[in-house]
Amino acid sequence: MDNSISQTVRKTLFYSVLVFGALIMIIPFLWMITTSLKTRGATLVLPPQFIPDEINFANYQRVAEVFPVGRFFLNSLFVALTSTIGQIITASMAAYAFARIEFKGREVIFLIYLATLMVPTQVTMIPQFILMKYLGWLESYRGLIVPGIFNAFGTFLLRQFFLTIPKSLEEAAFIDGASHFRVYRQIIMPLAKPALATLSVFAFMQSWNSYLWPLIIVSEKAKMTLPLGLSLLQGRWTTDWNLMMAGVVISVIPVLAVYLFAQKYLIQGITLSGLKE
Amino acid sequence: MVGDKGVKKLLIISIFLLPNMLGFMVFIGIPIISSFVLSFTEWDLISSPSFVGLSNYIQLFHDDNFWAALKHTLTFIVGYLPTVMAISLAIALILNQKIKFKVFFRAAYFIPVVTSWVAVALIWKWLLNPTYGLVNYGLSLVGVTGPAWLQDPSWAMVGIILTSVWKDVGFVMVLFLAGLQGIPNSYYEAAEIDGANRFQKFWKITLPLLSPTTFFVLVISLINSFQVFDQVMIMTQGGPAGSTTVLVQQIYNHAFRYNQMGYASAASWILFALVFIVTFIQMRLQKRWIDYGQ
Repeated sequence: MDNSISQTVRKTLFYSVLVFGALIMIIPFLWMITTSLKTRGATLVLPPQFIPDEINFANYQRVAEVFPVGRFFLNSLFVALTSTIGQIITASMAAYAFARIEFKGREVIFLIYLATLMVPTQVTMIPQFILMKYLGWLESYRGLIVPGIFNAFGTFLLRQFFLTIPKSLEEAAFIDGASHFRVYRQIIMPLAKPALATLSVFAFMQSWNSYLWPLIIVSEKAKMTLPLGLSLLQGRWTTDWNLMMAGVVISVIPVLAVYLFAQKYLIQGITLSGLKE
Repeated sequence: MVGDKGVKKLLIISIFLLPNMLGFMVFIGIPIISSFVLSFTEWDLISSPSFVGLSNYIQLFHDDNFWAALKHTLTFIVGYLPTVMAISLAIALILNQKIKFKVFFRAAYFIPVVTSWVAVALIWKWLLNPTYGLVNYGLSLVGVTGPAWLQDPSWAMVGIILTSVWKDVGFVMVLFLAGLQGIPNSYYEAAEIDGANRFQKFWKITLPLLSPTTFFVLVISLINSFQVFDQVMIMTQGGPAGSTTVLVQQIYNHAFRYNQMGYASAASWILFALVFIVTFIQMRLQKRWIDYGQ
């Protein structure tokens, strides 16, 4: 009896905390949406209106007139997709070598890779910028995409996964005369789909949300990605929150859509990369 | 002598490894080394670089702005790290119980994680608006007059910390949840047979067995928080009155506003050194409080 009462009290407390927390997480996004549908006057009212008297979509139109949001969007999409694909291909091939082919110096090279994980990106950022400048890659898609393809994280994540695939699978293939290329393409890669999906989601999100690197190498609107373009809104409309929120909504919606589809892989990836070493 | 077989093997390894390794060398390896070399030079990218020895580091040591940025970065870490860890752990512990709508809650807490910092910072700048913001309106409902947040030098960093905690809680929570799910149920069952109560189970089983996760979370959160930048850049740009300047912003300003590549590189190596020292200390201390089981 006593036990079931305390059980009920505890459950109630738990649910209250969770609901309260979830509200704190979600309300800012709802506020973003309603603000984006208000007139400027309606944003400057006390008490704040949750549902505006008059709903208008004109803010979206105005933002799109002044800022090439469509262009920003396509730039972000192109940059994120290509750098993700580049990372998946190069990292999976290297990971295959690290996990499946024995050769002298393998451990040493892999250790060097791992060691660079500790170096903050700000250290490599300055020489990378100088390199871009001399290659003439400033203000270019190449400059936005290529450096983002290479990092130790992807290779590390895939190597760890490849190591868990039983050797017996490929041994049979080798006896049948298969080459490493065939084993990589027809055995390892299909089996590694969950890990590849995870890395893809990670790489995509990272590129999609990246701000500092585009800020450094791009200043022409035509090449800007969404986060960078969005930061420009701020300089233009310091107090027009309805317009700013319309811009934010445009940038947030696609990534939320990707997230809802890929939730499983993303969370799986965080736990994989984080805890299994 | 390397035979035909050896040559073929070398060729295969090269094909697999080279695309990644070349890129890695060009964009990560060589930049790390060049950055170190650059930190001993003076270079504005126009005239040719000149070697200046330790002068950048000495100048940094006497640079008040640098010390202020370091202080603000540490303030950020001290405010952010314990808060985000405590809240995330609490929510993870609750979500690890038999809870309905678990997937919904986890998804809700995770939304800010996938949203770009630029978007989050803009949303919160509006929420923290002193007059028309939702936060101060909420506070006024419970009779509190909210501060001017990002416009008040003594509250701006608090606003940035709050926003950062809000954005990262979901991420840290997922890590804790994974750790909690790795604790075998049999431990709790055995403790129950021995008559352990809830608190004993938490202190004697959950916390010690979770300690490797806690350690991991601590290390990566600390490394990330030394690099705090995006939110500061959007929300305050270091203001008001320079009250929220941070280390990465100093590096950014010196490199890309004042064209002082050498000086900025030196500052980036100080950042690296700080990250390294802190990680190293944690690695040394880990044996004292981490239980890796048998």
